[in-house]
Amino acid sequence: MGVKITRRTVLRGAMGAGAVTVGIPFLDCYLNDSGTALAATGTPLPVVFGTWFQDLGFNPGRWVPAKTGFDFENNVELKVFDPYKKKMNLVSGLQYYLDGKPLETHATGVEIVTTGGIASQAEAMASADSLIADTIGTRTRFRSLEVAFNGGRQSRSKRANAANNPSEPSPVALYTRIFGPDFKDPNAADFKPDPVVMTRKSVLSYVTEQRKKAMSEVGAADRVRLDQYFTAIREIEQQLALELQRPEPLPQCTVAEKRDEVKPSSLIPAVVANGKLFSELLAHAVACGQTRVFNINIGSQGLRTEGSAQTWHGFTHEEAIDEKLGYQKEVTFFITTATKMCADFVGVLDAYQEGAGTLLDRCGLMWMTDHGYARTHTMDNIPVMTFGSAGGRLRTGQHISAVGDPATRVGLTMQQIMGVPVSTWGVQSNQTSKTMSEIVA
Amino acid sequence: MKRRMMGDAALVAMAAGLLMSGAGVDVARAAAVSKDAAVHIPGAAVTRRLSPSQYEATIRDVFGPTVTLGGRFEPEVRRDGLLAIGQGYVSVTSTGMQQYEAMSRAIAAQVIDERHRDIVIPCKPADAKTADDACAAMFLGKVGRALYGRPLTKDELGTQVVASNMAAKELKDFYQGMWLSLASMLASPEFLFREEKLKAKADKNGWYDLEPYAKASKLSFFLWNARPDAQLLTATEKGELDNARGLKKQVDRLMASPRFEEGLRAFFTDMYGLDELDTMTKDAVIYPKFDSRIAADAKEQTLRTVMNVVLEQNGDYRDIFVTPKTYLTRRLGAIYGVPIVNDAANGAPEQWQAYEFAKDDPRVGIVSHMSFLALHSPPGRSSPTLRGKALREVMMCQKVPAPPAAVEFKIVQDTSNPDYKTARARLTVHATNPVCAGCHKIIDPLGLALENFDGTGAYRLTENGVPIDTSGALNGVSFNNAAGLGKAMHDSPATADCVLNRLVSYGLGRLPAKGETEWVKALGKGFADDGYRVRDLVRAIATDPAFYKASGPSVPAEAKPEKSQAAN
Repeated sequence: MGVKITRRTVLRGAMGAGAVTVGIPFLDCYLNDSGTALAATGTPLPVVFGTWFQDLGFNPGRWVPAKTGFDFENNVELKVFDPYKKKMNLVSGLQYYLDGKPLETHATGVEIVTTGGIASQAEAMASADSLIADTIGTRTRFRSLEVAFNGGRQSRSKRANAANNPSEPSPVALYTRIFGPDFKDPNAADFKPDPVVMTRKSVLSYVTEQRKKAMSEVGAADRVRLDQYFTAIREIEQQLALELQRPEPLPQCTVAEKRDEVKPSSLIPAVVANGKLFSELLAHAVACGQTRVFNINIGSQGLRTEGSAQTWHGFTHEEAIDEKLGYQKEVTFFITTATKMCADFVGVLDAYQEGAGTLLDRCGLMWMTDHGYARTHTMDNIPVMTFGSAGGRLRTGQHISAVGDPATRVGLTMQQIMGVPVSTWGVQSNQTSKTMSEIVA
Repeated sequence: MKRRMMGDAALVAMAAGLLMSGAGVDVARAAAVSKDAAVHIPGAAVTRRLSPSQYEATIRDVFGPTVTLGGRFEPEVRRDGLLAIGQGYVSVTSTGMQQYEAMSRAIAAQVIDERHRDIVIPCKPADAKTADDACAAMFLGKVGRALYGRPLTKDELGTQVVASNMAAKELKDFYQGMWLSLASMLASPEFLFREEKLKAKADKNGWYDLEPYAKASKLSFFLWNARPDAQLLTATEKGELDNARGLKKQVDRLMASPRFEEGLRAFFTDMYGLDELDTMTKDAVIYPKFDSRIAADAKEQTLRTVMNVVLEQNGDYRDIFVTPKTYLTRRLGAIYGVPIVNDAANGAPEQWQAYEFAKDDPRVGIVSHMSFLALHSPPGRSSPTLRGKALREVMMCQKVPAPPAAVEFKIVQDTSNPDYKTARARLTVHATNPVCAGCHKIIDPLGLALENFDGTGAYRLTENGVPIDTSGALNGVSFNNAAGLGKAMHDSPATADCVLNRLVSYGLGRLPAKGETEWVKALGKGFADDGYRVRDLVRAIATDPAFYKASGPSVPAEAKPEKSQAAN
């Protein structure tokens, strides 16, 4: 490196030269030596939380590593994660507890791992990601972004007593949402608040206030739903307020390229191609400070290859175990493809340099599934993985065997490291207050 | 109507609901009501989110068909068999609200554009560069009444006018003011939800009548799947819905309108899950004839067939399971293997033609339609289990339990096993497992009767070269093929009970409450006595004061009844 530019020089320069300096491109020199903080303000780069939902588990005997601890070797179905072994954690042996409630196959496990338990009708619980978004996502343009790789609208993210947040099925539509006309480049030279946005905000605030006053007398159920409505409106107001502020400069933010998508569908080639586009878009969105929480649902169940009579889910139940291989061949093809997509996504985050570190380093990405072994709908030996160190808050590079522990332990731990004030999470046997201390830095 | 004792459980649930809902009814009085016993106990009022089709219809009614929505709705939620019930549970998510808000601005922007403003806005501002109270109030009041299905209160209108003035002054443009004020109405809870407001005073039994505009709304959504039109609002304003004669007059008018068909179509689309055809896909390699246009045709075919039976013929509902009459397009003809000659001029839209299958053809009734056969099949094959389950759940309102955990499928997984070439053979072996047998015994015999139809509904006689056996039984009645299944469905009391229950639930936005069991039974008796005519049933519900009563305001989920009463 040539001339060393210190934080002080930059600051002095910025003060002295007035408006002109605003146009100087932000460089690595704005980061501290480890790349974890904006040198100018000393604020650490914000931590980011993400989920990757890949239903239908793995094949028994092909994913749990032989060893635990730091010197584990990835088993065959997770070999694809080898390049990121030092940046991941694998927890095996976890369990989803039914507590005598009926198993809704492929649904109950999802509910337990995302929301902490099986809800009664009355208490549809929030998913952990939305609790985290309420903590770290309130100052970004999008509190969270949900995408589905399979062209569907389903996500695994939801607020309490509400429907699931809809996923975006189209990369092009997601591009427009993030980098379309409403995008404010955090590193742009000039900034002028938009008078229309200003007016929109004042109209919305005024009308909302008046409505709140008028609606003091409603029943309990409507109260809950109205509260959700007003929460959603408040978030729009906050978003408008953010649009009126000069965004914090983010040196590594580059606007994603607009690219053509493949028609979204559950056919493997489309899922892989659009998955790549989604991955890049999400990485750019995070790097540009547009969101700090994202949820990826690859939509495993309906995935299929062209000309095949069966979906991944169908195969798990109807494909015979190949006698020579000892596992279901078609199912394994899907497991391999989906796991590779996840590894590619982790790779995209890890390729995004931020100073000495990468975007992955400030992410805590949580990998989840519905059943340990989909063929027989098992609820034990559930895998959960994490990727990235969440800005140094996660200790990575380990395989932890947590046989019989509720899978909610990982969700609790992720909430805690993301700053959610929670000491116990989950319902009945899925309740836990045992932080997974092995992975906490 | 028969009367019956109120169950303790119902009383507790209801009292709890009332307390929680803050309706101001104390338990003592509720208990007193229960002592004189023998009362019809309505369920709670329901607040529902507008469905996408209702939202669309309202925008079309108020602003004309040239205004487009340009947005994406939150997915709907099906609950207890109906999206109409799901609407009573869902709120809006943050992401969904962003979409609603964007849509509301896009719609309002079209309304104030050069093309529409003079048609839709009934006045012109004195000065287009600034606010104009009088014109704003005139427009917003008029539009608000149509959007909310009731006149705006003075305060509401005041708020909208102030909001439009703020924006008009800020942006120095009257129409920009209209834009943002109108957008805020389109994104308001009053528009996005329909609340069943109750009269302040309870009746002598302690139950509440819906407030007149809520009554009009319930009626209009039930019959037209849309907000009340101007005539209905005017009749409501005049108090005509308060008496049986006035109500009947409006019911007659709404049912005589062509829009009644839209309403019935919305109901049957919901009941049969035909909306799912909009997103259904089939494997293009296995089923090259299938595409999204054909799926749309399939939906339309079933709706036309059902409309013919229940609306045009005013026939017996159960005939939909046995009628050989249907409507086809050339595309559908290609799947069904029947020649449909399209004699439309070049470029004319696909023509629908009435078609009657031959007497000995197994393809009779709507469960032999592609809309049912393809929808309840995976993308690349047929599935007797999925179809059997759908026959039970969709057509007979019965609940089939989910499969148990840790089931061994090994025996039947091998589709290439030379011993088990057909689905029946594979399922028979599977069902020897006692854990699986219980459910498969009630599902498979129905689904297997439809095995002559492949994953899209095309006719076939063999699978892997082996003749398909389509025999089965329902409630002890045996049959040989799909036609026999149709007859058994027609004769099963469950199918008529099912449509009754779904229709009542659809109108109420919830399952009937325990205290409404006798009411539903009485409706069912009338339905049977009148020859299972859906039109008469709709009229009976729409003109019945019980339909417009509630025990109190909308209650939290736990107090809602879990199970349907008249089904099963």
